[in-house]
Amino acid sequence: MADMIPVKERMKREQIPMREQSPNKRIANFKEVPLGYTREDAIKEAQRCLQCKNPKCMTGCPAEINIPLFIKYIVEEDFESAYLTILKTDALPAVTGRVCPQEEQCQKECVLKSTGKPIAIGRLERFVADWARKNHIHGKTDSVAKKDLKVAVVGSGPAGLSCAADLAKMGYHVTLFEALHKPGGVLVYGIPEFRLPKTIVEYEVNEIKKIGVQVITDYVVGATGSVEDLKKEFDAIFLANGAGAPRFMNIQGENMNDVYSANEFLTRSNLMKAYLFPEYDTPIKIGRKAATIGAGNVAMDSARTALRLGAEKSYIIYRRSRKEVPARAEEVHHAEEEGVVFNFLTLPVRVLGNKEGKVTGMECIKMELGEPDESGRRRPIPIEGSNFTLEVDMVIDAIGTMANPIIAKSAQGVEVNKWGYFKIDEKTRMTTCEGIFAGGDIVRGAATVISAVGDGKVAARSIATYLSSGKSLKKK
Amino acid sequence: MYQIIKKETLYQDIYAMWIKAPEIARTVQPGQFIILMTREEGERIPLTVADYDREKGLIYIVFQIVGKTTDELSSFKEGDYLYSFIGPLGKKSEIDYFGTVVLVGGGTGIACIHPIARNLKKAGNKVITIIGARTKKLIIMEKELRQVSDELIITTDDGSYGRKGFVTDALKEKLDHDNNIKKVWTIGPPIMMKVTTSLTKAYSVDTIVSLNTIMVDGTGMCGSCRVSIGGETKFVCTDGPEFDGQLVDWDGFMNRIGRYKKEEKESWNHHKNQEEC
Repeated sequence: MADMIPVKERMKREQIPMREQSPNKRIANFKEVPLGYTREDAIKEAQRCLQCKNPKCMTGCPAEINIPLFIKYIVEEDFESAYLTILKTDALPAVTGRVCPQEEQCQKECVLKSTGKPIAIGRLERFVADWARKNHIHGKTDSVAKKDLKVAVVGSGPAGLSCAADLAKMGYHVTLFEALHKPGGVLVYGIPEFRLPKTIVEYEVNEIKKIGVQVITDYVVGATGSVEDLKKEFDAIFLANGAGAPRFMNIQGENMNDVYSANEFLTRSNLMKAYLFPEYDTPIKIGRKAATIGAGNVAMDSARTALRLGAEKSYIIYRRSRKEVPARAEEVHHAEEEGVVFNFLTLPVRVLGNKEGKVTGMECIKMELGEPDESGRRRPIPIEGSNFTLEVDMVIDAIGTMANPIIAKSAQGVEVNKWGYFKIDEKTRMTTCEGIFAGGDIVRGAATVISAVGDGKVAARSIATYLSSGKSLKKK
Repeated sequence: MYQIIKKETLYQDIYAMWIKAPEIARTVQPGQFIILMTREEGERIPLTVADYDREKGLIYIVFQIVGKTTDELSSFKEGDYLYSFIGPLGKKSEIDYFGTVVLVGGGTGIACIHPIARNLKKAGNKVITIIGARTKKLIIMEKELRQVSDELIITTDDGSYGRKGFVTDALKEKLDHDNNIKKVWTIGPPIMMKVTTSLTKAYSVDTIVSLNTIMVDGTGMCGSCRVSIGGETKFVCTDGPEFDGQLVDWDGFMNRIGRYKKEEKESWNHHKNQEEC
């Protein structure tokens, strides 16, 4: 067991950095960029934790992890207990340990944040989850007695998985429906291998299956069966199908062959493994110069994927300035290290191409920032006469997503707002149809993995409350 | 996993399969499609449902070897399993009473018009079916289509069977002599659908086409299948696959379906080389 060190000493120590693949090496492969803590790194970092009596970090964790406790176990080198502590409330520790914006969540609340050296909670979580996976440590499967009640969870992304896991632990029979051929949702089709290896997602999904969740792939709710069909068979339903429909700019030339939505580009590369073509059958076209429109996390993923697939130049085109960039600072940093070129205050006005439908360039206009708009950010305004042509041969639209109406259309009594997202009761996550709950991006619009995990947990509790009161969709 | 219950060779490189997929067979409607994968490393390809048997829980697909996936699929035997089979996707055909309707089919599109013809017939329409191919042996499903059509016209390019000429020649003759034709469906090679549509436009007859584009998920998530319809971008997977043919941007559509030609060839060669190993 590692030594406890005095509080004063703990406060003096620096955060332990995480080793990474060097930028020039990593742009030639799809392996993970951060390499994770070693055992020694993790213990040293854990020793810095002040073990606050009234831990603020937990208030910033939608997965409700007992953060000081698992960190304490790391100091004691009892990694198994650390893992089981996390797993108690978070069914996807290796995932959230990698893709959570911890700087906006737990680490933002850490009392050491004021010193500029908050505990690297995410890295510790990742270390514990990876250690458990390598050492074949599993959660307990001998959960409570099975209840004779069935819950359908629609969508196997982070919201669906966390809801399903929590309900299964409470003893409910849970069936998880996935439209694609692999479970995981955005974790599988959206987030690239170099940020979240797919074997890890597969492993954690399998752990969730072990606690009794039945996963049905190739089942498109809204096509294969409707929500009305599910109502006849299940006592409650959780809708977590994500905000799947891609947004396009609606500019001239956008239907040319080398223009992708980020959804298509990333799905080809991640889910279909086009980066391994022709070992895998799905192809992907890569230009020499790729322009990604947008500056969110999905845009960073797209621009960095383009580089790894062989683009010589990868541009980010963003209509606002660096200050307004919505992507995580770490993602922007990684993208810049890898050579992604940022064009701020730039708006594409049309895609240029030749007769064969091949992209030859993109006409853009420069922008300046005006008064703040309804989002509180300064509104970008085109500067007249500032048009210029950027020479590119491939364009990726990463300007966000919209609600995919496929499920809403098949559900009677489940109302959506003007953007097509499900209306819910903020507290219970229940939709306008009693017994049907919703969470994740199909409620929030594109948000983060961790907020989806949190929604799944809250919905699981509400579903339990609903069912415990003797109600059921089947009785309606 | 989805079992191949029955496999037929319709002609040389045209195959038909009955696939066990009870969930899909339960709700599928004419005009809809499925997406299949042969194995985990495979591509997701859309195929229009050529028929279904709700009681037995079967879906009928017809395909011609045009690339890697269809080549591999043709090597599957009865009893084998497909890795993935998803559907029913897309909107169903608008089946209603119109009066006299003409269904024009070419290539594997001949199979796709069959359930539409059957249901239009059931709805009380007078169904005229025109099917065409290069030569006699490529004419498939003649018997099935004859059963559901008031009139069946067959054309072959070489005159080896039926009338010599193209389906559009036979259609033009019909349009010249019959003012009661209210609607035309045309399913087949893109060029055939394009030519049919421009012909019917001259006669102001509504014409429905079924577009088979490159897709990934098939549920409206990626936009790979997008095509311009009357100047507006639509997704074939969720807004189609059937559209008013006179509004389709055919050049744009044909461009997009050819966008991976080079890679498709590479993939097929890779597959053949591996088989030889």
